[in-house]
Amino acid sequence: MPVEVKMPALSPTMEEGKLAKWLVKEGDEVSSGDVLAEIETDKATMEFEAVDEGKVGKLVVPEGTDGVKVGTVIAIMAGEDEDVSEASSSPEPAPQAKADEQPAKEKPKAKKGGAPKVEEPEKDLKADESKADKASEKDDKAELETGTTQLGSDIKPAKSDEVPHGVNMKTATVREALRDAMAEEMRRDERVFIMGEEVAEYQGAYKVTQGLLEEFGPKRVIDTPITEYGFAGIGTGAAMGGLRPIVEFMTFNFAMQAIDHIINSAAKTNYMSGGQMRCPVVFRGPNGAAARVAAQHSQNYGPWYASVPGLVVIAPYDASDAKGLLKAAIRSEDPVVFLENELVYGRSFELPELDDHVLPIGKARIVREGTSVTIVSYSIGVGVSLEAAEKLAGEGIEVEVVDLRTLRPLDKATVLESLKKTNRMVVVEEGFPVCSIASEIITICMEEGFDDLDAPVLRVCDEDVPLPYAANLEKAALIDVDRVIAAVKKVCYR
Amino acid sequence: MSNAEPSPSEIAEREEDFALHSLAEKHAADRRYKASKEELLHFYEQMLLIRRFEEKAGQLYGLGLIGGFCHLYIGQEAVAVGLQSALKGGLDSVITGYRDHGHMLAYGIDPKVIMAELTGRHSGISKGKGGSMHMFSVEHGFYGGHGIVGAQVPLGSGLAFAHKYREDGGVTLAYFGDGAANQGQVYESFNMASLWKLPIIFVIENNQYAMGTAVSRSSAETHFYRRGTAFRIPGMQVNGMDVLEVRKAAEIAIEHVRGGNGPVLMELNTYRYRGHSMSDPAKYRTREEVQGVREKRDPIEHAKTELMEMGVAEASLKEIDKRVRASVGQAADFAESSPEPDASELYTDVLVETY
Repeated sequence: MPVEVKMPALSPTMEEGKLAKWLVKEGDEVSSGDVLAEIETDKATMEFEAVDEGKVGKLVVPEGTDGVKVGTVIAIMAGEDEDVSEASSSPEPAPQAKADEQPAKEKPKAKKGGAPKVEEPEKDLKADESKADKASEKDDKAELETGTTQLGSDIKPAKSDEVPHGVNMKTATVREALRDAMAEEMRRDERVFIMGEEVAEYQGAYKVTQGLLEEFGPKRVIDTPITEYGFAGIGTGAAMGGLRPIVEFMTFNFAMQAIDHIINSAAKTNYMSGGQMRCPVVFRGPNGAAARVAAQHSQNYGPWYASVPGLVVIAPYDASDAKGLLKAAIRSEDPVVFLENELVYGRSFELPELDDHVLPIGKARIVREGTSVTIVSYSIGVGVSLEAAEKLAGEGIEVEVVDLRTLRPLDKATVLESLKKTNRMVVVEEGFPVCSIASEIITICMEEGFDDLDAPVLRVCDEDVPLPYAANLEKAALIDVDRVIAAVKKVCYR
Repeated sequence: MSNAEPSPSEIAEREEDFALHSLAEKHAADRRYKASKEELLHFYEQMLLIRRFEEKAGQLYGLGLIGGFCHLYIGQEAVAVGLQSALKGGLDSVITGYRDHGHMLAYGIDPKVIMAELTGRHSGISKGKGGSMHMFSVEHGFYGGHGIVGAQVPLGSGLAFAHKYREDGGVTLAYFGDGAANQGQVYESFNMASLWKLPIIFVIENNQYAMGTAVSRSSAETHFYRRGTAFRIPGMQVNGMDVLEVRKAAEIAIEHVRGGNGPVLMELNTYRYRGHSMSDPAKYRTREEVQGVREKRDPIEHAKTELMEMGVAEASLKEIDKRVRASVGQAADFAESSPEPDASELYTDVLVETY
């Protein structure tokens, strides 16, 4: 009985990969654990092992093939007494080979029905039986949708007028933009260094620091033990001592261990010292919900940090803002909490090709102009808002979407100006509703924009529960386009 | 067994064991710094300044001129003076917790601006915005003044990290108490400081009480100098009531740390005469215990006796006392007469930049 060997999912986010190299040839006897092939995912090249013993019947997908979907049959194994030629007569058609089609990697593709664009630190680089099986099962059922799928978006923000006219644009992922921002600032200023778990030799748990160790060496790219409280304190102290540390948290969930140093040590120093002791540190890492990692690994800390005077809090959405604002954060004399989003790392956007792309902190950006209603959002919520806006445009509702980008200091002026124009507002936030950024925006509208309001400001936030694991409950807990559309229609009385 | 040759692994173990004890042994062989008369007079004057300053602060607190928490350093003066006298000014860094007045005075920071901070005035070292627990002087390499118990330990490790990163040859002295020594972040810092060979001396000022809890009631290992062993940090146990012993220990530790050998952990045995803070009823110890230390182990009396043995006339010691009292008196007058911060200061220094 021939056994099909399918393209494995080698990370929770992998949708497709490149079959870089076959390490066996047709007719080879293999036993369990033998490496069959090298497969390139969006994050790394990994070895793919045989699950069972047998004879390699047919290599269905030739090596060098890019864009091989997870679950595609890549080889046929012959049973013990089977003829290779028999096994070769595969009933499955070979997949479409898109050999060496480079941009296939890291395509933003998190539309409904697509695979979730979720990434997780990969502790286990080996593709084992269960993983491979699970992946092919998933594919067979076409049941890849989780709660975070609904956070996906293909619609790009409108080009920012901050980018000078005529500048060449290239396509880059948020991940690349962040890495380039750090690399550029490290080249520019000797005092800048990065520390955190797995930032150096592992190349970053989410690959954001890829290549930095190679360029800057272990003095400036520092792997720490798993000890958030301690290394956040060391980073903060190093900033007090005159350096420019970038402290990476593998995710901001783990920064809860270190929050004392972020708030009590970093944020308050300048004030408590009457302005004589500064603390120019950047705390950065992914924040917010990730796919199927449940409550302790899925939380948006934006409102927590944004409530603290003495901190700058930035939560960009697209690649251009991620780069320009991270560079600004590193140069800032103030402590900055820089909130990234795991689900957005792999999304591609236009990035200006400038020698020094630095954006202003504390300025919101209108990512879609409109006249009927304003949606205020930030981070991954911007994508959801843009999707909703596109759909609403089809119904004659012209939505203006404001991306806050910086949560503290908050750009009240841009929010109020947009309100003045549209007289209606919805806040979209992937996070808990209570004491949220949405609460703050609504307060600002009440206090300073009351006369401009034609309807109460509504908020679309996650449900007020810890994020559940089950896919259906996760879907129910997180914001989605439909909820945004419903809220927009409500404030438009439609 | 005793005749058997030690195995290579046993030898290696003994050598490692020796490495962790070597500083203590070096100190045991030569415990006290040989100070000249002038040097000891200087230490005496600094210790006396801290004592009189703190007594005055206690009075001003009683008068309602100082508010909130105020932790006095009386009894522990030899620790800050002995250690900091061995540092290189303008290069090395010092960081401590909330009981920080003594460390600032030992660094030669003007008593006036410290006292004015205690009274919350504009001319205070933090413009009146920090108070007793949050004072800094970057100019002097004094990085606070931190109110969260134990936070100064990783922060100090960060300062040491900066010295190593810049390769400037500087070392950091991070003070904390026997109470803070039970915080988890202290051990996270020990681990990284030793792993990365950071130039830092961890100084545990063991004043016997974590607020009102005696060390024996809060600590499974009361010999704090041993607590770095798990991280391969050599320990030293020092009599913190003898300024010359402290100074000598500091020199040994600093030489080791400045030589690129990684951190040292020093336990300074000392005693706090006053309460944990001004609101401490001190029900956890007897008056006799405090009195006993005052009479038998007082660091200032100890230095005074030694000075007189060196031939210093009592009159010159009185002269010093007079000078110190005058300086403290001026500091108190300054602190009382300085204006409060301007109302507009409420909003300054929150952020450095304008966005």
